[in-house]
Amino acid sequence: MRTTRRGFVGGVSAAALLSGGAAYAQKGKYDVGANDTEIKIGNCIPYSGPASSYGAIGKAIDAYWKAVNDQGGVNGRKVRFISLDDGYSPPKTVELVRQLVEQEKVLALFNTLGTPTNTAIHKYMNQKKVPHLFLATGASKWGKPKEFPWTMGWQPDYHTEAVIYGKHIVATIKEPKIGVLMQNDDYGKDYYEGFREGLGKDVGRIVRAVTFEVTDPTVDSQIIQLKDSGADVFFNITSPKAAAQAIRKAADIGWKPVQYLNNVSVSVASVMKPAGFEASQGIITAAYMKDPTDKQWDDAPDMKTWRDWMAKYLPGANLADNNNVYGYAVSSTLHKVLEQCGNDLTRDNVIKQAGNLKKVAIPLLLPGITVNTSPTDFYPIQSVRLQRFKGETWELFGDVMSNESA
Amino acid sequence: MSTANPADAATASAAAVPASPAALGADRRWVWIVVAIAALLPLLQFVMPNVISDYRLFLMSTMMIAAIAVLGLNLLTGFNGQISLGHGAFYAVGAYTAAILMDKLDLPYWTLLPIVAAVCFVVGFLFGLPALRLEGHYLALATFALALAVPQMLKYKWLEGLTGGVQGIVLLKPEAPFGLPLSEDQWLYYYCLIVTVLLFWGAWNMLRGRSGRAMMAIRDHHMAADTMGIDTARYKTVTFGISAAYTGIAGALSASAIAFVAPDSFGFFLSISLLIGLVVGGVASLPGSIIGGIFTVLVQNSAQALSNFVKNDIGLPYDLSPYSVYGILLLVLMYVMPTGIAGGVVLAWRRLRR
Repeated sequence: MRTTRRGFVGGVSAAALLSGGAAYAQKGKYDVGANDTEIKIGNCIPYSGPASSYGAIGKAIDAYWKAVNDQGGVNGRKVRFISLDDGYSPPKTVELVRQLVEQEKVLALFNTLGTPTNTAIHKYMNQKKVPHLFLATGASKWGKPKEFPWTMGWQPDYHTEAVIYGKHIVATIKEPKIGVLMQNDDYGKDYYEGFREGLGKDVGRIVRAVTFEVTDPTVDSQIIQLKDSGADVFFNITSPKAAAQAIRKAADIGWKPVQYLNNVSVSVASVMKPAGFEASQGIITAAYMKDPTDKQWDDAPDMKTWRDWMAKYLPGANLADNNNVYGYAVSSTLHKVLEQCGNDLTRDNVIKQAGNLKKVAIPLLLPGITVNTSPTDFYPIQSVRLQRFKGETWELFGDVMSNESA
Repeated sequence: MSTANPADAATASAAAVPASPAALGADRRWVWIVVAIAALLPLLQFVMPNVISDYRLFLMSTMMIAAIAVLGLNLLTGFNGQISLGHGAFYAVGAYTAAILMDKLDLPYWTLLPIVAAVCFVVGFLFGLPALRLEGHYLALATFALALAVPQMLKYKWLEGLTGGVQGIVLLKPEAPFGLPLSEDQWLYYYCLIVTVLLFWGAWNMLRGRSGRAMMAIRDHHMAADTMGIDTARYKTVTFGISAAYTGIAGALSASAIAFVAPDSFGFFLSISLLIGLVVGGVASLPGSIIGGIFTVLVQNSAQALSNFVKNDIGLPYDLSPYSVYGILLLVLMYVMPTGIAGGVVLAWRRLRR
């Protein structure tokens, strides 16, 4: 039945092609998942479960492609974005990704979220030779084109970022005594190891490192321990809730170290404001993306475009949520790749173009930070800028810092 | 009657299963037909590669794995009347035992199942000892705690060298032995099928014998069973062990199928979905365990497809999350078939024949 119907449709379209003449001949070269009118992109993100706050990224990406399609798509082709809920469970991710690749036949997988979930499909994607692009994870293992030529990360990895803090401390503070607060999981450890590497031979300057569980209600006792250790530099490896608590508690007990805060918690609305602007003065962090709650970007054209897009395509979504900025910026990167592919939408060409981004300016990245890749460099964003909290916003200082060798 | 006994519904559905020898004979014929069809299915792949795709075979393998896990829980909860909210813990122990043996000792995957079964039996047996003092809700709470604790324990720093901590362990997929011309997914399917058939056969044998009757007697009336001379303490702990071993084997199979284990794979929802599979499939029913396994895999997937369908294809403005669809489905099922799908089908069949 199916074949006959397909045959019928095929016949009709063939007739249409013939009557339309050469103008209707297929425009380009395709693998499965792409044709003259459509490009299929697959994705898995937790919309449910413990990590469901990241679901906002999936919704933002979906809205981004809706906006692109409303303006005529990419090179005349609409992008169909298929996003499934894996609940941050690796076995579920394997099952869903196989569904996307083998049943839905997507051209590429894009911005799948989470370190364990991506680890579970890493080998599979490379066996199947399907582009596995711009993963939403800060682990440092996604840029190895030799072993895994089909997988590419996106954001600066935690390790690189922490190396930069370590180097900055060594360069600017004499005889520091460093206290570290870290979340007890892979994310915390990635940062901590990078930090030790950045300190180099001064690694002994860490006088105290304390951990906490992501489920702990407060980090008060850890902050008191750090104060008692006599530390005068504080590296804060925490996600937003604990970050705000730590900054607040330090101020409350009169501990005034030089504070370094990881990029995970740079949101003014969800960290600095609850912690208190008074308590947050002088905190140093590294950033690559513009914070939507930071007033200094209010007049930037890309921020204005973003706000208009939010109003039209994501009405009701939280304008202070960094995830919406992230989703927009990472989709712009894929947009650029698909544009560069032109009419050659094969998987080979997609990964080739992803590895051929030369100083591409992406909206909502900080001034001076661009996306840069090559066939041997699969780390798209490797630069950050240091910034210091002043008044009610972040103030950039110093040059763009890179760790291109990583 | 014991009022706190959670398995009252189970008794009803167990009674609904025909027990006469003739009916058993008919049952057995059906079982052979189902197994034969299951065994032939991958061969059809050569004829209809689009219908029997690699992905669908993989999906069916995960269904069989879930069916074994649900069977494990069923032995404990359905046939022995002890509630467990924490079978995900045994599933995790099985998966990690297999993964560590493959990763550290390079044991071939097919030698693992007996070891995994033994390890999980011991763990389950030991957990069953204190559980003897806990009845009904208290046991449910204790197992609940176990399910919450295991993923955390896997991350513990003393175990990290073995378990790989939060990073987990990446494994190799099983390949077909003896140079059989089977793809990875086909072989995985056969491997799961063989294990499933063996385990269900074992459970069936155990349940129809003396031990099975003793297990069910304890469920139905603990004191009466005691009076009849059944060593209830021993039966309950051993059942706990066997149940854990079954679920652990399912975990080991899933480690092979997914080729990766991490603490995030064994969250609390795993335990709940096993329990849902048990109740929806049919408490105290072997076919019910298979239905439950199929249900846990299939319905979570189709709930997602359904919610996408409503949003994108029909274009309704409702943003139904897959879990609300899943929840609605569960409510409807429980209302229409209170004894689970297996019990419901038997009832419907009887009503039709009348």
